[in-house]
Amino acid sequence: MTYGARSLSVRFGTVDALRSVTIELPTGSVSAVVGGDGAGKTTLLRAMAGLVAPDVGTLDRPSQDRIGYLPTGAGSWPNLTVEENMAFVGEAYGASREELGDRTTDLLTRAGLVSARSRLAAELSGGMRNKLGFCLAMLGRPQLLVLDEPTTGVDPVSRVELWRLIAEAAADGAAVLIATTYMDEAERASSVTLLDRGRVVLSGTPDDVIGSLDGEIATTATPRRPEMSWRSGAGYREWWPEGAPDGSDVVHPHLGDLAIVSEIEANGRSLERPEEGR
Amino acid sequence: MSDTLAATDLTKRFGDLVAVDGVTFAVAPGEVVGLLGANGAGKTTTIKMLIGLLAPTSGTARLLGKAPDADVRRRLGYVPQGLGLYSDLTVAENFSFVVGSYGVRSARLPAGLQQVGGRLVRQVSLGTQRQLAFACALEHRPDVLILDEPTSGVEPLGASRLWDRIRSEAERGVGVLVSTHSMLEAKECDRLLLMVDGCILGEGTEADIVGSTTATVVHADGWKAAFEALSGEGRIVMLAGRTVRVVDDDPEAVSQSLAEAGIEATVEVVPATIDERMASLATR
Repeated sequence: MTYGARSLSVRFGTVDALRSVTIELPTGSVSAVVGGDGAGKTTLLRAMAGLVAPDVGTLDRPSQDRIGYLPTGAGSWPNLTVEENMAFVGEAYGASREELGDRTTDLLTRAGLVSARSRLAAELSGGMRNKLGFCLAMLGRPQLLVLDEPTTGVDPVSRVELWRLIAEAAADGAAVLIATTYMDEAERASSVTLLDRGRVVLSGTPDDVIGSLDGEIATTATPRRPEMSWRSGAGYREWWPEGAPDGSDVVHPHLGDLAIVSEIEANGRSLERPEEGR
Repeated sequence: MSDTLAATDLTKRFGDLVAVDGVTFAVAPGEVVGLLGANGAGKTTTIKMLIGLLAPTSGTARLLGKAPDADVRRRLGYVPQGLGLYSDLTVAENFSFVVGSYGVRSARLPAGLQQVGGRLVRQVSLGTQRQLAFACALEHRPDVLILDEPTSGVEPLGASRLWDRIRSEAERGVGVLVSTHSMLEAKECDRLLLMVDGCILGEGTEADIVGSTTATVVHADGWKAAFEALSGEGRIVMLAGRTVRVVDDDPEAVSQSLAEAGIEATVEVVPATIDERMASLATR
């Protein structure tokens, strides 16, 4: 079973937030959408969660009560305790008290939040609050789980725990859609869709996307063609579409390289472009 | 030339809590040093002592070779994670206010920001806000820069442009300290410091930090069965694409757990990532 969006366009006033975006979200799988601020990630997620109507295109989603959604910035009520948050959202799903109690205990245990049951959400650390948001999104046993930047600003230890929870949700059969600004994190997903200014720039499995690079990437202290190179650490990375010259330090590309190469291609093979003033 | 930032046996106690515990390190001119650590590891407390916003319980903090008072702080550029802008002032007002407080007169708003100079900060994109925060921090030509997750939320090309800016400051001799959670940012630094529970537990390159910590990579037909078979038992189990990784564990024990669950798989031992190293330190 696969959910997703086909040729989805969303316009806010004069701004094209999404332009003909197609994405497949198979159940039992984690799909990542990556891009910088303003790329369209949140609009795509909100459309999948039923909060934004498409102007053009179609959405394939389960019924609304089988969608779990974690918005950016935690998605819980700060002045309620962890347990009250769970009860409040659980009631909205119409779960029986017994069923809700079992589910709450199970989710809080897996998220390591049992000892924080009676703390106010406002008093939790960022990582714990995101885990609470995740538990709230999971309460209705979603077939489609939509997570908007659950790991942004979260420290690596909490990030590992969140990814374990996300993988478990997929292992239980949910289609998981996660937005992230971290390119290395997107490489952990089964498939990745890179958005830029509302368009899909790249999509596929991380290996396929990385494998689709024309030519090679090399690292160098002094790039030979500035318009095909970009900063990395103390040196530069340089793209050689026809293959790097002999003696180059060719490296295994990562997703971020592919994103930059696609920009070079979009700009007529040059990184020189006017100052952005969006 | 003396170090731009130096901590010697720096310690901070809040009541019974030892937030920073005998930390010693330095940032030389022209060097980009990454300070890694989980929330609560003591990164921000260390930075506050280095720049004189918090008095150490013991040890010394030096900013450009001096006690960090208001005078020497003028030679510091600081971009906090929240960017530290005034949301109800315009872009141009923010710039002239901050730059003026450093004693720079008649500074011109950078070209990339002029178009949005009259707009309120809260009405411009996050990318523009970040550009503005950098412009504010750099206009007075500081000798030391402290940056908190400087490229968080920035797409790869934008991030490489910001790093280019940071590197060109380093090349003219500025010492740069980057406080970060992001492994992508860690890779941009010349040298890394890993803070755990108020102490520096690792220093050097990514390989130095990871040390002997390994990950056992599990290649199985279906990742879900392998993931479920290995989860629990206090193991750190991660999913990477369609392969499962078990951090800091005995590969034979991993193979055995898989065999007991009737899963056919091969395992391979590789160096852990920095993330995985931090997760293994935290669960110890």
